[in-house]
Amino acid sequence: MSTPDRDRSLRRVLGVLGGFIRKETRHILRDRQTLAVLLALPLVEVLLFGFVIRTDVENVRIGFVVPTPDEATAALVTRFRGSDLFSPIGTWTSTDPLPALFERGELDQAIVLEPDFAADLGRGRAHLLIVTDASDPNTGSAMSTYAQQVIRGYEREAAPAPPLIDSRIRIRFDPTLESRNLFVPGLIALVLTIVSALMTSIAITREKERGTMEVLLVSPLRPWQIIVGKVAPYLLLAFINALTALGAAWLVFGVPFRGSLVLLLFESLLYIFVSLALGVFVSTRAQSQRAAMLGAVAGLLMPSTLLSGMIFPIHSMPAWLRPITNIVPATWFIEIARGVMLKGVGLAHLWQETLILILMAAVLTVASVRNFDTRLSG
Amino acid sequence: MNDAAVRARGLTRRFGDFTAVDAITFEVAAGEVFGFLGANGAGKTTAIRMLTGLLRPTSGEASVAGHDVRTEPDAIKRSIGYMSQRFSLYEDLTPRENIRLYGGIYGLPRSEIRRRTDHLLERLGLVSAADELVAGLPLGWKQKLAFSVALLHEPDIVFLDEPTGGVDPVTRRQFWEMIYEAAASGTTAFVTTHYMDEAEYCDRLSIMVSGRIAALGTPEELKREHGVDSIEDVFVRLARGGPEDS
Amino acid sequence: MTGLAVRRDRARTWLRIVGTLIRKEFRQVSRDRVMLVQIFAIPLIQLLILANAATFEIRDSRMFVVDESRSAASRDLTRRFEASQYFSLAGVSAHARPADESLLAGDVSLILHLPDDFGRRLARGEPTSVQIVVSAEDGAAAGIVAGYARTIVGAYAATVTASTPSGVPIDIRTRGWYNEALDYQQHMVPGILVVLVTIIGTLLTAMNIVREKEIGTLEQLNATPLTRSEFIAGKLLPFWILALLELGFGLVAARLAFDLPIRGSLLLLFAAGGIYLVVALGIGLWISTLAETQQQAMFITYFFLMINLFMSGLFTPIASMPAWGRAFAELIPLKHFIEISRAVLIKGAGVDTLAVPLVALVVMAFVVFAVAVRQYSKTAS
Repeated sequence: MSTPDRDRSLRRVLGVLGGFIRKETRHILRDRQTLAVLLALPLVEVLLFGFVIRTDVENVRIGFVVPTPDEATAALVTRFRGSDLFSPIGTWTSTDPLPALFERGELDQAIVLEPDFAADLGRGRAHLLIVTDASDPNTGSAMSTYAQQVIRGYEREAAPAPPLIDSRIRIRFDPTLESRNLFVPGLIALVLTIVSALMTSIAITREKERGTMEVLLVSPLRPWQIIVGKVAPYLLLAFINALTALGAAWLVFGVPFRGSLVLLLFESLLYIFVSLALGVFVSTRAQSQRAAMLGAVAGLLMPSTLLSGMIFPIHSMPAWLRPITNIVPATWFIEIARGVMLKGVGLAHLWQETLILILMAAVLTVASVRNFDTRLSG
Repeated sequence: MNDAAVRARGLTRRFGDFTAVDAITFEVAAGEVFGFLGANGAGKTTAIRMLTGLLRPTSGEASVAGHDVRTEPDAIKRSIGYMSQRFSLYEDLTPRENIRLYGGIYGLPRSEIRRRTDHLLERLGLVSAADELVAGLPLGWKQKLAFSVALLHEPDIVFLDEPTGGVDPVTRRQFWEMIYEAAASGTTAFVTTHYMDEAEYCDRLSIMVSGRIAALGTPEELKREHGVDSIEDVFVRLARGGPEDS
Repeated sequence: MTGLAVRRDRARTWLRIVGTLIRKEFRQVSRDRVMLVQIFAIPLIQLLILANAATFEIRDSRMFVVDESRSAASRDLTRRFEASQYFSLAGVSAHARPADESLLAGDVSLILHLPDDFGRRLARGEPTSVQIVVSAEDGAAAGIVAGYARTIVGAYAATVTASTPSGVPIDIRTRGWYNEALDYQQHMVPGILVVLVTIIGTLLTAMNIVREKEIGTLEQLNATPLTRSEFIAGKLLPFWILALLELGFGLVAARLAFDLPIRGSLLLLFAAGGIYLVVALGIGLWISTLAETQQQAMFITYFFLMINLFMSGLFTPIASMPAWGRAFAELIPLKHFIEISRAVLIKGAGVDTLAVPLVALVVMAFVVFAVAVRQYSKTAS
């Protein structure tokens, strides 16, 4: 084909494609209800969860079992009272009240001292028992650790000589250790996943179900053009969602933005692309809307929430599960987002993760188009 | 309010600014085969939905089997059968299961359901497919099934919304035979169609244009009135010329 | 016929019709492969994966040691960390740079920095200090990991000096109640079961009703004398039964796969489940009145489920929420049922302890169901 011919046919293709995209966008805009839902709900979710999803421990309801109260025990209790983390709710002389209080959920933790605590301290043979409600093991561990810290502080105060080896702890990147700063990047990933993958897969499958897909297929549009046309509006929607979510993270939650915003936006776009491709892929294999939903939820939403490191740290998972998390696109995006936002690193450190996302996008796109072509009958 | 099976006076339905059914007035006598003609979008389906208690009229009044559509929709539903334009039975059940389901819903005793099921399946030639999922049946058979469900509980009036849509000529004739059979045993048949030749089969008919009744009478009367040989010509004249008072 | 006889007759008819409808639903479900997978296969897989993934346990935390001292003492201390189940040594170096890089790259979560005079001072019996650097990237785990590190350092210090400097150091023992082994699965599995049950109760119900709306079968039903109560009962009861079956199925699977303790009364659990499902089904019914298409139904249900899920205390503790969050959580039905499940299964709690959440569920059941039915009647005509 000569160059002017190629130009002309390219222009024609773009023209047809553009027209199709315009029609699809108009279609979505007309469905006001769904549109409001697609734009507003994600923002509501980010705001709500940003405030509410925390694992930080505070207001630990702690009780004391002190068989023989004396100056030393009083000093210890006072130390706990002085701490922001603990809310002492009572002191008893025996452990009898404890079981009922724990069962009713009125007590989180109890410090059990032995009789003659002050005397034992002097002899260097003091013992105490920290009993923690460990039904939630994570909170339980945290509460236990904090209680021990308070006790060590008391110990240091009471001891005349400094410890032999003093451990100084320094927390890099976020001295506040706010759990929220960790969760918010994950929330953003979740929101983007819902819009991109879920909605796309349903939208395409709905055409199939209604039978209007056949009409599209006999039109001059090529299969890849149909996909692009259907997906483009959702790309825009998802990007708007990304912007509002990031905006909320910054303005409302004060999540740090130590790295490059441009890089973050680029990576967000990349991740949206991967999610869209995944949504399309699901739709090429699903026969009905319900099947598409099932595929999107089980294959995408669940893993993105639970296996991506969004809430539960990946290195806490058993060894056999960890490789599986590598297949979940959200895992990589969350790592990138946390890196950029919390640590302020750039592409130099994140090029591997970025490459993986690009690879996923490429593979899924090729697979989708291939599947779409061969399943014309739908 | 007694002999007429269906009676409408100024029945109107608006959707926002759009008037789908514009003050239609007519009567259908018991045991009649009444044809409700009109082009797509003329308002036929909306009118039927009002008469079957599925949609509330905006204004005007109507009564079906002696019950007011506004105040007694439940009583109406007991006396009528309905076959909608779009196939609305369960594709993931078999014909027999569908019939049994509706038999149960209409409160027919189990033995009666069994008897009528067998009878209907035979009459419609569906016996071979009685225990196959409906999803696998050709359109014509699905329509026949829907038709039989509409007649299952032997209602006074049966509303058929485009029962012969997309069906082959042989099946069409079969349908009309069954409609006549039903009419002969006293069931009133209210049939909408946009097949003009089927109009000839009706005792009386009305033609809707843009939400109004443009013509009402027996096929002969209408042809004579407009000086043409077929109902199709009557329709074309009316559709072109705009609505006339009936 | 007397009034009573008429009433009894009508009731019998009602039951018969509802029975017909229930049979029809079950028949459809048994033929619906997608739904069967969703009810049996998916929950099983989710249970297995979630129960293993949903943990904050500290294990094999990768760490780097910056050993400027390179003495016997520092090597000793390093070995102790290596031997600990909580840590895995990623590298040792004499300079801070490689360790820093590792931390930045996320390869390690902790750096132990030993100063150059570490060995010398210890030999002389003089106090010295070490630095423990953790990455906030790990959140609260960072604090806990740092705590473990400090404990190991402290234990090492105790061996260096035979006796403690003065009479003070306190021997601390810890005990976790209800979950001695700090088994995360125990904590998560009851909650996961509850979520799976909720999905059937709310999502599948809403989708089912909206689907009938979309494909038109609802219209045919509307043209029959079928009453509202018959329709609603005929639609919701099958899913109520299915969801409870799912709960039982899930419990058996959890018992076999995770040795889930069942310390309390199963009857209480299922009773609470039955009440909770009335709420869940009511919400499903209500959603079905809002949505025109299955796509909308799905999206709206997801919004509800997400909020329920994250506000319920399943993944993150309610105690960690801000005060208004905790108050809001009281309105979340899932929160109460998870509380009940966990208490019954893990703590062996009884009706007396759980009176509050049970009553909350009963009240919600009435309110939600009434609102849903009213909404359904309004939109059905």
